Order: sequence, then C-alpha cells, then structure tokens
Amino acid sequence: MKTKFEFRIIPILLLLLVAFWSCERDEVQKLEQRNWQLVWSDDFEGPAGQLPDASKWAFDLGTGDGGWGNAELQSYTNNPANISMDGQGNLVITALRNGNSFTSARIKTQGLFAQQYGRFEARLKTPYGPGLWPAFWLLGENIESVGWPQCGEIDIMELRGQEPGVIHGSIHGPGYSGGNPITKGFGLNNGRFDTDYHIFAIEWDKDKIDFFVDDYLYQRIERADVPGEWVYDHPFFILLNVAVGGNYVGFPTPQTPFPQKMIIDYVKVYQEVN
Amino acid sequence: MKSHKFIKIKQFVPIGIFIMLFWGCEREITDLGPAPYPSNPEVFIDGFSAGLNYAAFGGSNPSAFDVDNDVTYNNSRASMRFEVPDAGDPRGAYAGGVFFTTEGRDLSGYTALTFWAKASQAANIDLIGFGNDLGESKYEVSISNLPVNSNWKKYFIPIPDPSKMKMERGMLFYAEGPENEKGYTFWIDEVKFENLGTIAHPRFAILNGQDQTETSFTGVSKQLGGLQSIFNLPTGTDQAVNAAPAYFEFVSSNESIATVDANGMVNVVGGPGNAQITAHVGEVIADGSLTINSVGNFQHAPTPPHAPENVISLFSDAYTNVPVDYYNGYWAPYQTTLSADFEVNGDHVLHYTNFNFVGIQFGSPPVNASTMTHLRMDIYLPNALAANAQFRIEMVDNAGGGTGLYTFTISPAQAQQWISLDIPLTSFAGLSSRSALWQLIFVDVNGNIPNFYADNIYFRKN
Repeated sequence: MKTKFEFRIIPILLLLLVAFWSCERDEVQKLEQRNWQLVWSDDFEGPAGQLPDASKWAFDLGTGDGGWGNAELQSYTNNPANISMDGQGNLVITALRNGNSFTSARIKTQGLFAQQYGRFEARLKTPYGPGLWPAFWLLGENIESVGWPQCGEIDIMELRGQEPGVIHGSIHGPGYSGGNPITKGFGLNNGRFDTDYHIFAIEWDKDKIDFFVDDYLYQRIERADVPGEWVYDHPFFILLNVAVGGNYVGFPTPQTPFPQKMIIDYVKVYQEVN
Repeated sequence: MKSHKFIKIKQFVPIGIFIMLFWGCEREITDLGPAPYPSNPEVFIDGFSAGLNYAAFGGSNPSAFDVDNDVTYNNSRASMRFEVPDAGDPRGAYAGGVFFTTEGRDLSGYTALTFWAKASQAANIDLIGFGNDLGESKYEVSISNLPVNSNWKKYFIPIPDPSKMKMERGMLFYAEGPENEKGYTFWIDEVKFENLGTIAHPRFAILNGQDQTETSFTGVSKQLGGLQSIFNLPTGTDQAVNAAPAYFEFVSSNESIATVDANGMVNVVGGPGNAQITAHVGEVIADGSLTINSVGNFQHAPTPPHAPENVISLFSDAYTNVPVDYYNGYWAPYQTTLSADFEVNGDHVLHYTNFNFVGIQFGSPPVNASTMTHLRMDIYLPNALAANAQFRIEMVDNAGGGTGLYTFTISPAQAQQWISLDIPLTSFAGLSSRSALWQLIFVDVNGNIPNFYADNIYFRKN
C-alpha cells in the first residue's frame, strides 16, 4: 500500500517539474566559457550598389560543373543586381528569375582568408520559397590539391525555401558527403528565418564542431561521430550563396516568389585565446 | 462501481495540479480588461464548436453538408463532409453554405483560418473562406479555386488585419459546383483559427498595384478596384486571398479635392487641385495609387438643340434613347479600352479610358437612319493633346450597307473642352445604306488619345 502511494507521487512530481520548466522562456544551456578574439570580419558597410570588398571576397561565376555538382539552375554573376551592398550595412544576394533561367551570386574568401578552428558566424535573413537554397558554409582550403569531399565541408546554415522555418547544419567528408552528410535541422517554434535576422555560428576545435542558432547549441559533432575520416584539422575558407533548384532543394514552382534576397548583416571569424 | 469512481478521482488529481501550474504562468486576471466576446479559435474539431450554426446558400443542395465519422483527418472522431452534386441535380446545382455563430467572437489574436482537407478526386473548390455572416460580411476573406486532392493536406487562409476581427460571426463558408459536370465529395477537418508566425510577407495592392492618374471634376465618383492581398505560406509559396475592402484603410492626401470612404469610393469634392488616394492594411502600405487632377466644377456638354421628333438618340439625358446592346463591347483580344462612365448631378457621361478602339452596338433592333442627315455627338478630351491626334468614327450597317469611315483631326487647343460634332451622314465614306445601322466604332488613329468623354450621341435630321 505504501509503495503504491509513493509510486503515484513520482509522476505528480515529474508533472510539477515539467510544468514549472514550461514557464521559463528558454532552457538555459551551460557551455564552457570561451575567450574569442575577432580576427576577420566584414560588416558590409558601403554605398548601395557597391560590390563586396575585393580584398575579402572573390566570386564564383557561371554554372560550375553540372550546376555546381548539384544540378542547380542558377548562373552566378558579379552583377550588382545579383550582389551588392544595400547602403544600410548589409550585403544582399538576389536570386532573379528571367523566364526559365535564374541568376544569383556566390562569393568566397578562397585565396584571401582561411582559418583552422575558431568561431565563424554570420547574421542574416534568408530568402524563401520552393527551390531557394541559401547557404553560409566553409570548404577546406586544400580543395585544389585533395579535391572534394576529402577537403571537408562545414555547412553552418543551409535552408530549403519550402521550409522557411528550418535550417540545417552539416558536415561532408570522405564517406559521408552529398546526400549522406552528418546533419541536423533546427526549427523555429512558430517562426521563420526570412522575417528577422538570426545569428548562425559554429565553434570548432580539434575535437568537435558545435552548431548554433542565436547562440543556442543545437548540434555537436565530435571526432567519434564521424563514420569516415575526420578532415577538419586544416584551414577552411568561407562561402555565401543563394542557389536556385538542385538536388538538395528541388525546383522552384510557379508559386515561388522572385526576386529572392539573402540579406547579410555581417560575417565574423574569431580565434580562441587562452 | 464504487471503486471505479474512486480511481477516476485519483486520476484527476495530477491533471488538476498540472492545469493549476499552467495557469500559474498566465498573467493575473486583474491585468486584463474585460473581454466582451469569446476568443474561441475552434470552428470544427470533432464537431460543431460552441454556438456554431449552419445555413446552406440559396439554390445549393441543402443536404450537401453532413458530419462524417468514418473519413476523418488523423483518425479523429468526426470531419465535415461536403457532397458536390452532379450538374442538373434537382436538389440544387452546387454545394455551398455558411457556418456562423449567433454571438460574435474576438479573433483578433489569430492570423489565419486553418484546416485539413481532402477530396474523392482532384478538384478546385470554387470559393472557401471566413467572414461571411449572412449579413454585411464586412470582413469576408476567401480563396478562389482552392486545389484539393485525395490526400489530406493542411490549408491556410490568412487574416489580412486581425485587429479588425473583434466580433466576427462568419467562421467558414464555401461554394463549390460540379467538376466537369460531375459531382464528388470533399472533407474538411480540424477547422480553427491559429496565431501563426509562419505566415509572412503580406503584400497588398489597390488598382492592381498601378499608379494611375485621372483628370476629373467636382461631383465625380469612382470605385477603387483591383484590391489584392498576398501572403507567403509556411510552405514558402504565395497565396492570394480575396479580402473585403473593409480591411483596407483608404487615405486622401487632400480632402478638399477628393475624399474616399471606407469602401474605397472616391468622391471628387473640389478643384482645381490634386489629391492622391492611397491605402494601407494594418501597418503595410498597399501598392498602387490614384491621383485625381480635379479641374473643378464639371463642364456639362452643351444642351442638344434639336427637337426630339427629329432625333434617334443612342446616349443622351435630353432624349429617350433607343435600345442599345452595350456602350463598350470589350472586343477581345485587341481592344484595350475600358469604361469609367460617371454621373454628375444627374448628367450621365460615357468615359472611355485606355482608349484604342471601342464599339457601341444597337442591333436589337437595328436603327433605320435613312431619313436622318447627321450624326451628332459631344466629345471631351480631358488630357493635353498631341499635335497629330486623329479620331475616326466607323458606322456599320447590318443590311448590306457596309461600313462608313469618317476621320478628323483634333487640335491641341480643342482639348479640355466639349467638341460638338455634327457630321453629315454622307461624309461616311463607304456607307451605301443606313437602313439597319447597328454599330458605331471609335478609333484612336495615332494612338495618342488616352481617354475621352462622350455625351449626346444621336442621329438627327433638319
């Protein structure tokens, strides 16, 4: 009889705890303190219509090899209509539809800046609509010598425009690339990534890569989690782009609104100092 | 029996605590003002929500709607079933009706009506929405041609401005006719209003988003049309809805020149001067505007001088007109001319806009103008005119008389005043007989007469 009584109390206590927790605004995450020092950044201050700073960014142009390896539809340009400052402290990448063809832009710090480990973050608003595929990501600087996916790829933020409330953080390496990366989605509760700015970041060291949205850790990938080789112990460079169509996202529909913009407030890279 | 009751009570204890704890997160009741209307978001979950009634539309099959306990979304207890009749069904030609409450609900805390739907076949539901209260239906919103198929899918009908929905009685309405003459069945379930942060990027327009300018007069009224409301759904796709004008707040930049009422009716009240009419929905400014260039008091066309017995009138307030089929045939596909006819103090005036050509037809019966000598007509070109503006009138006989053409040049000095044309019928080159006239066609020969007014169009004899 007594045991039975205690048995009842436990679920009540559990309910009590759950109910109290639900009152909190956010679950508090206890993360180890880091001392980050800013080493590279672009705030995209510049007059409207200006291209991104050539000392920091290079362009990928055209359609790549087979739609950049993903059957993407867009052709990348360095036309200010596709990529330019908005004069209000943002860089805007605009995907345009012209009949059945699309133009957009993709920039990278390859040859200009790369870093091993640290915190990489961007504050941005995504585009939206079926077939839109914006990304903030990193590639191994040794891609020219060892190729992809041996060079490694870290996708800090990717979004399928038909799911404007969900982003994905992923890594691609040998044996776990293309349609089979290590990946996790993060969804907003009753919200979307295209209506307000959000901060997308990774914190990366020799043991692990942590993925954040608005400083909320939603994914940690450790060396042991990788089914193939850990290829994240060399410098990576940064890419920003808006793709249209392709294997990851599917194709735009007649209901996909164009033009579509990714509005980037800043990109910042930090290194840990002890 | 007794122990059964005992167990039940014990089961409720933790639930009770749970509920109390949840309430603990809410604001104090004293923080809140009185809520005059319930804010119940549920329309039909597993049955009619509190206070919900149904009325079928006139002419529809009154038994088209029923509650279904077999085909339901997510194995819930009940759904709404709608049987669309075959064409020619003696019970009613379509399925349609209104789910309404007798007491209003405060829906201002929600952003969309949502529901799940499927159908026995792929089909487009002609009209479905909310805000129809069988009365004024002031805040009606609907989607036209909503595509449904044999899979359950969630649908969203956004509320253009939730702050308007303080006492809404129209919870859901629909109208759907047969598809290719054939009836079918569709089901709707889990109908409720939701506060969704996933509906984004509202865009609104008046005049289909165009910035239009019109020369006008004191006393002229014009209904603003071309209202558009578009939202981006949680799927990233755009959805256009038909939103009642009452969602739009219309604003005049100069109320001494033109006013605009809550329904978008523009009244020119003074001049000379300009007023720009714009609109917004909530905080969002609508695309499109109407600029009124008022020249002041309307200059009426001269009173026609001819005795009624010597006149066959097509359009005049001074005479009795013969039957006219139409004053604008909207001849597809090449005609661009629209009509914006108006009335000033009882004086009706034809107003042709976006003019390229336009026809008046009076074929039932045709006009025998054999004894008539002239075509009389007043025209007014309200905008400044280019030097080579040419106007052509074509007169068509329906009994072998052919078509007669008469072209004349209008000088820039003749703009913005009435021009009284009095053209001998013998001047219509190519017209061999006028015993069965049935069409008058006006043509902008050089494409530089954007619009004109016309009044007192008649045939006369001496």
